[in-house]
Amino acid sequence: MTTPAQAAPPGQLVPAGPRPADGMGMAIRAFLFWLVNYRRTWRGTIYSSVLGPVLYLGAMGVGLGSLVDSHGTASLGGVSYLSFLAPGLMAANGMQTAMDESLYPVFAAVKWQKTYQAAASTPLRPGDLFRGHILFTTMRLVMNVVIFLIVMVAFGAARSAWVLAAVPVAVLTGLAFAAPLDAFAVTQEKNDQAFNMIFRFGLIPLFLFSGTFFPVTQLPAWIRPLAYVTPLWHGVALCRSLSLGTADWLGALGHVGYLAAIALIGLAAGQRTYRRRLYV
Amino acid sequence: MPLGRVADVPDPDVLIRAKGLTKRFGDFTAVSGIEFKLRRGEAFGFLGPNGAGKSSTMRMIACVSPPSGGELTIFGLDPVADGAAIRSRLGVVPQEDTLDVELTVRENLLVYGRYFGLRRPVIAERTTRLLDFVQLTERADDQVEPLSGGMKRRLTIARSLINEPQILLLDEPTTGLDPQARHVVWDRLFRLKQQGVTLILTTHYMDEAEQLCDRLVVMDGGKIAAEGSPRELIEAYSTREVLELRFAVAEHDQAAQKLAHAPADRMEVLADRILLYVPDGDAALDAVRGLGLEPLTSLVRRSTLEDVFLRLTGRRLEDG
Repeated sequence: MTTPAQAAPPGQLVPAGPRPADGMGMAIRAFLFWLVNYRRTWRGTIYSSVLGPVLYLGAMGVGLGSLVDSHGTASLGGVSYLSFLAPGLMAANGMQTAMDESLYPVFAAVKWQKTYQAAASTPLRPGDLFRGHILFTTMRLVMNVVIFLIVMVAFGAARSAWVLAAVPVAVLTGLAFAAPLDAFAVTQEKNDQAFNMIFRFGLIPLFLFSGTFFPVTQLPAWIRPLAYVTPLWHGVALCRSLSLGTADWLGALGHVGYLAAIALIGLAAGQRTYRRRLYV
Repeated sequence: MPLGRVADVPDPDVLIRAKGLTKRFGDFTAVSGIEFKLRRGEAFGFLGPNGAGKSSTMRMIACVSPPSGGELTIFGLDPVADGAAIRSRLGVVPQEDTLDVELTVRENLLVYGRYFGLRRPVIAERTTRLLDFVQLTERADDQVEPLSGGMKRRLTIARSLINEPQILLLDEPTTGLDPQARHVVWDRLFRLKQQGVTLILTTHYMDEAEQLCDRLVVMDGGKIAAEGSPRELIEAYSTREVLELRFAVAEHDQAAQKLAHAPADRMEVLADRILLYVPDGDAALDAVRGLGLEPLTSLVRRSTLEDVFLRLTGRRLEDG
């Protein structure tokens, strides 16, 4: 085991060893861990990434949509239910992907398998592990949202070429969930009970009432503000206006700004929570 | 910019220096002002029962637990400010296995090597060598999950060597292994020691400490109770031989009272045995019989670190 330091002249300099890479370089090393793991399971995830959108757009968009359309679609802005629903589902797909990637995988890494603790013994710092996982989640978001877009176009559910711009918006929507959820999942010490609560009282109500399936204006007036503060509503609204070709710059900027702010708060929180959990 | 910083240690062979090192968790003090030095090439041990503060000390050295007080330098660097640089030169074998059990043996080393920024060909070459060293070559492409406890431990050791560390930290390296697996691990660690790798290990097995450590500290209640080589500690805190006596349960207490008059340096009355610390065990046994006592069994043995620990703390190692 020869190393440069062992040849160092006595009493002189203690070499600092290989210079640690910059923050992003270190995060990419952590990202590779998730990638090597993903190599074993990617096929299965592709099937479900395709099947999910096909089932939803088929059953809800085409099936239920034919009923909705036959009663007039003025409240949907005069477009078919399929065209109304698809971009909303695209944003919701971002949220769903974020939930799947952020809660259990992070908890497994810190509690069940302790792969985070193993990585913390290397030059990687807790923040690198956090950003590495966010990078991987971003990759998964891009994959799922692009697959969704392809299915959506195949169903003829996109009405404007601006729908391409909905892809990064749906990814950002996902990140607005992934960053805070990552930051939260790593703090869980005992068990995964909190995650069931998040799925039951977070994901499902958001999915149903954030304007994905019907306009938020159909909700009672007193509850609407609640929908407006949820990140999903902003993602749904912007994806929809892009896909329908009705987006305006100011509104788009507002939605993107809100989603980015939530994601940045999550990133700052995760930097802290990862550190507190791994450096005890 | 210089590559490193001028070491505050005059002696370049001192790799770790701790002074007044303390770790508190809320009101609980896990490590209470300990002082030690680790020199290049030595095998240094922390011996003590569970809860003595050994693992907390190891975690501070591994730069994953900021000290609450005192001084700690590793390679002359500060573990809080220069954690990443220090960790790039350490190998860590944690107490609990932290392998990725869903990956293969080889993939575990690949991922870990990448954490250190090593290139794939370098990792591949080292993987071949390290798996050979820990006798896992034939399992290289098997998933980790079904491997035995001993194999997982050896893989963890291989993993800790992927960055060719200057110091190898081993926290309870054989706890939970069966005796045979334990001897295989000891054999590998002994080879590393022979190759000049600097080792720090914690253990609550006195035989492990005696076999592997050139020098050790006995820890108890977060403090260092004694320091020295195994031989020095035994000479300083115990006698050459120990006479172990076992009496019938009904006679145990009475025998202990009578033995107070036996010519021994010291006597320890355990729940099931009585230990007499003497220079000559056989002579002592004759003297015991001379007192009119007939033990059910008797054993004359050399003193061990277990006896040192008993003397220093009044408790046995495994009692914790």
